[in-house]
Amino acid sequence: MDSLSGVRIIDFTRYAAGPQITLLLAFMGAEVIKVESMVNIDHFRREEAAVVFGSARAAADCFNSLNASKMSVTLNLTTAGGVELAKRLVHLSDVVVDNFRAGIMDKLGLGYPILREIKPDIIMLSASSHGSTGPESRYIAYAVTMGALSGLSQVTGYAGGPPVIMRSSADLRPGTAAAFAILAALNYRQETGEGQFIDFSAREALSCGIGEIIMDYTMNGRVRSRNGNRDDIMAPHNCYRCKGDDKWVSIAISNDEEWAALCQAMGNPAWTKEERFGDQFSRWRHQDELDELIKAWTINYDHYQVMEMLQRVGVAAAPSFSNEELFNDPHCRERECFTSVQHPEEGELYVLAPAWKFSATPARVTGPAPLLGEHNEYVFGELLGLPEEEIPKLVAEKILY
Amino acid sequence: MPKKALEGVKVLELCQMVAGPYCTKLLADLGAEVVKIERPGRGDAARSLPPFFHDMPDPEASGLFLYLNTNKLGITLNVTTATGKGIFQELVKETDVLVEDNPPQWMTKQGLDYERLREINPRIIMASITPFGQTGPYRDYKAYPLNVFQSGGEGYLTPGGVENVDRPPLKVGGFLGEYDSGLSAAIAILAALYWRRKSGGGQRIDISKQESLMALNRLDMVRSANEGEVITRAKQGVPYGGVLPCKDGYTVFITWESVQWDRLVAFMGDPEWANDDMFGDYTGRYKHGELINALLTEWLVNHTQEELYHKGQAAGVPFAMVYTSKDLVDSEHLKERGFFVEIDHPKTGKVKYPSSPYRFSETPCQVMRPSPLLGEHNEEIFARRLGHRQEELSKLGAAGVI
Repeated sequence: MDSLSGVRIIDFTRYAAGPQITLLLAFMGAEVIKVESMVNIDHFRREEAAVVFGSARAAADCFNSLNASKMSVTLNLTTAGGVELAKRLVHLSDVVVDNFRAGIMDKLGLGYPILREIKPDIIMLSASSHGSTGPESRYIAYAVTMGALSGLSQVTGYAGGPPVIMRSSADLRPGTAAAFAILAALNYRQETGEGQFIDFSAREALSCGIGEIIMDYTMNGRVRSRNGNRDDIMAPHNCYRCKGDDKWVSIAISNDEEWAALCQAMGNPAWTKEERFGDQFSRWRHQDELDELIKAWTINYDHYQVMEMLQRVGVAAAPSFSNEELFNDPHCRERECFTSVQHPEEGELYVLAPAWKFSATPARVTGPAPLLGEHNEYVFGELLGLPEEEIPKLVAEKILY
Repeated sequence: MPKKALEGVKVLELCQMVAGPYCTKLLADLGAEVVKIERPGRGDAARSLPPFFHDMPDPEASGLFLYLNTNKLGITLNVTTATGKGIFQELVKETDVLVEDNPPQWMTKQGLDYERLREINPRIIMASITPFGQTGPYRDYKAYPLNVFQSGGEGYLTPGGVENVDRPPLKVGGFLGEYDSGLSAAIAILAALYWRRKSGGGQRIDISKQESLMALNRLDMVRSANEGEVITRAKQGVPYGGVLPCKDGYTVFITWESVQWDRLVAFMGDPEWANDDMFGDYTGRYKHGELINALLTEWLVNHTQEELYHKGQAAGVPFAMVYTSKDLVDSEHLKERGFFVEIDHPKTGKVKYPSSPYRFSETPCQVMRPSPLLGEHNEEIFARRLGHRQEELSKLGAAGVI
């Protein structure tokens, strides 16, 4: 049983933020039909992707991570025939998602007013980097630039150092927020029978994650900047070098009790009794020296070891895990965080399993990412009922293209 | 009055700090009724965290708390007392969704685990948010936001593109990983509600913050297993572009499509060096990224952030700016988008808050009420709704139950 069984989604999205939206819904049982085209091929399917990610397999792997469990059809939306078929698909669907730049869906003849005529209770979400209104709505942005525009880069980095750019997570965060919005609309429709249009802005989604930092400005006129791993009141609060190459453990102490436990675990060295480390505020003031002294201890141990030693005495410590470490980690293994799919071209590929554990309707990965147009027969033949001869004709006419 | 997307959904929150409260804030802002339980006397720990309104520490003036608890009703209740448990169970009876973020096993120890609560309310959806989930060897590990962020995979890669890895990996922003976890839980809750309307059944949802963060880095997570690629801070960054110095600070840009590179070159007035063959295609530019950045910087330092952003975008080049919180509030674009809403609160008066990234045509986000004062709705909930008498309430208060 899946939470979203019976929900059909027509997915016009490409690249990362958009596909993340429908990926999450697919995990929960929605049927996602990805509308692709050679005219405007997904970034991960292009030749450049192999250069960016190091190999064709790596690019296919990334595409697979974002599009597992979905179906793919090819539709050339620059043709009237393609747009017509798209509309027929919408007629059979519950949700439409796109992440074109503002105005594109309208230009294609697939704007909300038209789709609502076709299916009155359709839920349509248009995600764009800047939203569909406002003076910057036609601007182009990607994860790196949205991270900067959202305010995240300004407050990320070493003190006195340059702002730090965000990576793919700056795409997947907005994608996640958009999935939430669609679920809210689905819930509303379940109660009332009404669909609606949702205009979604990726950069705004990112800004919501620094709400309290923005509040410091709106309440106090204070503009925050980068401060490494520093916290407003906790100390020690940093990542400390451990034994080995680029191995780190994060340690965070929030009260005297935890501090005493940390000292104990370190063998109560004399320096811990110095007055400048005597209370929370004082420790916070002398963090730089404190960090050096703690590092002199952690550097002797493996980062997993430090986690175990400190957790045993009630101190918050966790390694800065690499992707390899997480894949092999005993906790992640027991939680079944990774699963694998059989990809038609790449063979066995691991994917991250869904992040929630439902007791009645487990979320799951049901298959690999589709090949381009892999489900043309099923979708146009079976779902839409086009006669068999029709499909090769549409391929030849570059409508299914 | 505009309609509400989650009208009629009743949520009970037993959470503190960021992740859990953010989860229910997302639901409350879309019209769910959220009743937030806080400990009598002290309340949510977030109340004692900065930024404070005018830098004056006050449990009713923490910007963190105020942002995270908009549109909620607030009550005080000590569920570790027998009487408190009884009242809690009365509340559960009328609740659709319970969200709690206590250490695993804590609710069981209190006799308030899912199996028990299901006896009172068979349709209850119970969502639990913890650093490492309800099962597994790290289940009972303590983790503050920094530890959570570093355990999710992204910490190890921040900052990206550094030449050496001698400096520590960093967190992003303030509590970003906690916000991520709250959002992750909110999604699961809405899916469970959707299913419940069809099937009638509730369920238990186990949300691990670590897994919620790994999910945001899903591309990287499997690269070692699939290609033997261990991704590190040294290997990250963009081939060219990213953050570069300009006349009055930093600019940011990236080009993806080849045509965007062409536009960038035109935007710079077609410098001689750009004609060189080595920059002619994507592979060439990817190889010579450092050189490109050096050459670009020579030109960029003569132009301001604003100029590069707006004129660059007008020329079709994906420029951006490193926005500060002030820039966000001053942004004409965000003003027109209505991203900031003004909320009036008894302690702070009217203050601007970030709202949400979605604009629903039928069920827009609305501000119904500011974050609650501690115990503000005790009378409404305990007396008017549950039917406890006024005299009883004062006794319960004196006994530390509410």
